[in-house]
Amino acid sequence: MTIDMEQFHQVFFEESFEGLDVMETGLLNLSPGTADMEEINTIFRAAHSIKGGSGTFGFMDVSAFTHVMETLLDEMRDGRRQVEQRGVNVLLGSVDCLREMLAAIQSGADVDADSVNQHQKELEVELNGGDGGAANEPEEVAVEQAEQPVVSSVKPGWHIIFCPHAHLMKTGNDPVRMFRELEELGNLIVEADFRGLPEIQDIDPEECHLSWDIRLEGEIERQEIDEVFDWVEDDCDMTIISFADEAGKSTTTVVEKAVSIESATEKPDEPPSTKAASQAAPKPATAAKQPNKKPAAKPASASIRVDTAKIDSLINMVGELVITQSMLSSLGDNFDMTRLDLLQSGLSQLESHTRELQQSAMGIRMMPISFVFSRFPRLVHDLSSKMGKQIELKLSGENTEVDKTVIELISDPLVHLVRNSLDHGVEMPDERVAAGKPALGTVHLNAFHRGGNIVIEVTDDGNGLDGDKLFNKAVEKGVIEADAILTEKEKFDLIFAAGFSTAEVVSDVSGRGVGMDVVRKNIEALGGHVEIRSKLGKGSTFAIYLPLTLAILDGQSVAVGDETYIVPLGSIIESFNLRSEMISHVAGRGETFRLRDEYLPILRMQKLFGVESSGTEDSSDGLLVVVEGQGTRCGLLVDDLLGQQQVVIKSLETNYRNIEGISAATILGDGSVGLILDIPGLLRLAKR
Amino acid sequence: MTKKEKQLTDDEKAQEREVLRYRTQYLSFTLNREEYGVEILRVQEIRCWEPVSRVPNVPSYEKGVINLRGAIIPIIDLRERFQLKEANYTETTAVIILQVHESDKIRIVGVVIDSVSDVIDIDKRTIQESPDFGSKVSTDYIAGLVEVNGKMLTLLDIDKFLSLEEEEETELN
Repeated sequence: MTIDMEQFHQVFFEESFEGLDVMETGLLNLSPGTADMEEINTIFRAAHSIKGGSGTFGFMDVSAFTHVMETLLDEMRDGRRQVEQRGVNVLLGSVDCLREMLAAIQSGADVDADSVNQHQKELEVELNGGDGGAANEPEEVAVEQAEQPVVSSVKPGWHIIFCPHAHLMKTGNDPVRMFRELEELGNLIVEADFRGLPEIQDIDPEECHLSWDIRLEGEIERQEIDEVFDWVEDDCDMTIISFADEAGKSTTTVVEKAVSIESATEKPDEPPSTKAASQAAPKPATAAKQPNKKPAAKPASASIRVDTAKIDSLINMVGELVITQSMLSSLGDNFDMTRLDLLQSGLSQLESHTRELQQSAMGIRMMPISFVFSRFPRLVHDLSSKMGKQIELKLSGENTEVDKTVIELISDPLVHLVRNSLDHGVEMPDERVAAGKPALGTVHLNAFHRGGNIVIEVTDDGNGLDGDKLFNKAVEKGVIEADAILTEKEKFDLIFAAGFSTAEVVSDVSGRGVGMDVVRKNIEALGGHVEIRSKLGKGSTFAIYLPLTLAILDGQSVAVGDETYIVPLGSIIESFNLRSEMISHVAGRGETFRLRDEYLPILRMQKLFGVESSGTEDSSDGLLVVVEGQGTRCGLLVDDLLGQQQVVIKSLETNYRNIEGISAATILGDGSVGLILDIPGLLRLAKR
Repeated sequence: MTKKEKQLTDDEKAQEREVLRYRTQYLSFTLNREEYGVEILRVQEIRCWEPVSRVPNVPSYEKGVINLRGAIIPIIDLRERFQLKEANYTETTAVIILQVHESDKIRIVGVVIDSVSDVIDIDKRTIQESPDFGSKVSTDYIAGLVEVNGKMLTLLDIDKFLSLEEEEETELN
């Protein structure tokens, strides 16, 4: 039976990485001393499915490694082991190690065997109690064990832990038949383990969910037992150990389990007492068993997990659309003017269905921001302990949905901002206490919708930004002239300048001054911007503003001369007729108008874009569209407002290049190309 | 005798192969009565001139952008680019849609020309390098000169031609 398993690898990796995230989150939620059963169970299930999956796909070292983790978790679950910070840390380390292993296998690279061994050893040490000196050297124990003669006071016999994989019965094997065979060898005591049993409604009668703890008493050769299990050795996890070994040292049992059936079946004729010695080198053996993976790293095809409800609603909409379509086409077959009303209502139905369909389709790409947020508890946990700071991370608005592309591109800038807050923002505990603040600092990640934007805020209650310090530093670095006059806000914005860092010491966390300008560049590439609010001594907030989706935009068409442009609806504040007496001039040239309590510049679109106009150019006759971009406002003088529509954004740069003042293009209803205005770009253009 | 004949055909075959090896095809077109050619493999399609959406603040030879089956592509008037006579748009005015290779990606660009002439076979060995006109005419984007039916045909290197444009644009900006 040769099924190309490769086709499932992608799914396996995706699920495993998800499982690892779950484990990580769960581990971070575990508070030492109290064992939250639900949490431990979640972690255990995640570990277990990774183990099962990797075993199925032949990634033996992954499954062996996970097995050890699982054993540790199992003990915690059963209450045999206290949940301690050290254990959690070891498990967290193992999660990282496992992630590296999987990533290496996925890209076809070699697994870093040293780090795997080290983590595995740590896990085993933890398993064996952690403080026993002898337990640090499981091999030694094993070798000692091997040299011991079989203790005669112990009854002869074997202890078999038999955990078949779910598909065991589908391969034509039946555990009952195997137990009967074992029974013929000696006195058999079988105990079934029901823990793996799913809920009754989820049971697949063809799957095996049980595992068995078997004690077989009597003078029996190891080989005879192996023969019984000969047909199922690839479809189960199994441990066979003699009573003598078991009684000799209980710790070896655990290590033995990790080695699983492999060493047991590879050397079936080995005497039982020396078998334990073979586990000294389980790694090389398993590593060699790893299937030859093609070294060429295939680019992983991107896939997305979608809520079934979303798909259902999409299918519903498609159904509605089909009904409307058939209605319209039957209407068109014999149409006369008396049925005009029907046609119009049909068309309006079509319009609403198309819109809903579009929204559902866009919804598929929407994912909750928690996909990005979930990595931060770990980051904060690790970094704060590394830096000796006490920091609490608060998350809110994790369920805010954002486009998948935004999720992918925002995580790096966000990590950088959070690291910055940890490193530069929150002070050391003693400094905080001296400043009259609680020693425990807070970093708050918050996401919410505002208008057509999603806003992600990183807030810390640290020292805040020092505008003057930033200014001096910028002068020193040659970013600005010493006599430049900047507002507070402009001073804060200096930290986004390339090659700018105020950290006194360059740490491995931040401080090389390459980050913030990249952060801003990435966010601007997404069509967003960053705002800084800060108060010295109180803390600072970095707010990232991003468009909800990158593919579709609500636009307002405006006429400029003979041409049509699209203004993003989200950036329009208001529009009104401009009369010439409302215009005031600055230095005879710059035109401004007063909007309530603010003087705003007027950008004459015709002049700015050099548009030829068939009509007469009259300054008093025109509509002023007040727009906001990156925190500054201005008025665009256009000839007419044409209508609102949703437009699909098409990049200009794919075949052309970036044009100042234009963010992208779109295709209008008549098939021609419309250009979408970029408000910040227009302001820059006007300043020339 | 038969053997000799066979040898002859072998020779002929070799000769033919030789010719094929050096043969290449160009699409020729006219700009103000001058003949130009572009490699046929780069030509995606030929379209009639149609009004474009103008793009603000770009050189006048960048006419604007059009919607080519959902892709936004720029249209460049070669006649204005070469500062030939004033470009007017007639019935024969055509747009050649070209694939421009730029480092690792392919861009689609439309160029406006007076009229499309022919597809011609050219022996690569007959392509002559462009003579140096000094500073009067930039020859960077000329792949070579070749004689076809007694007339000179200027072969354009469109990759260089359109990347040169980028440089000039940055200077302009």
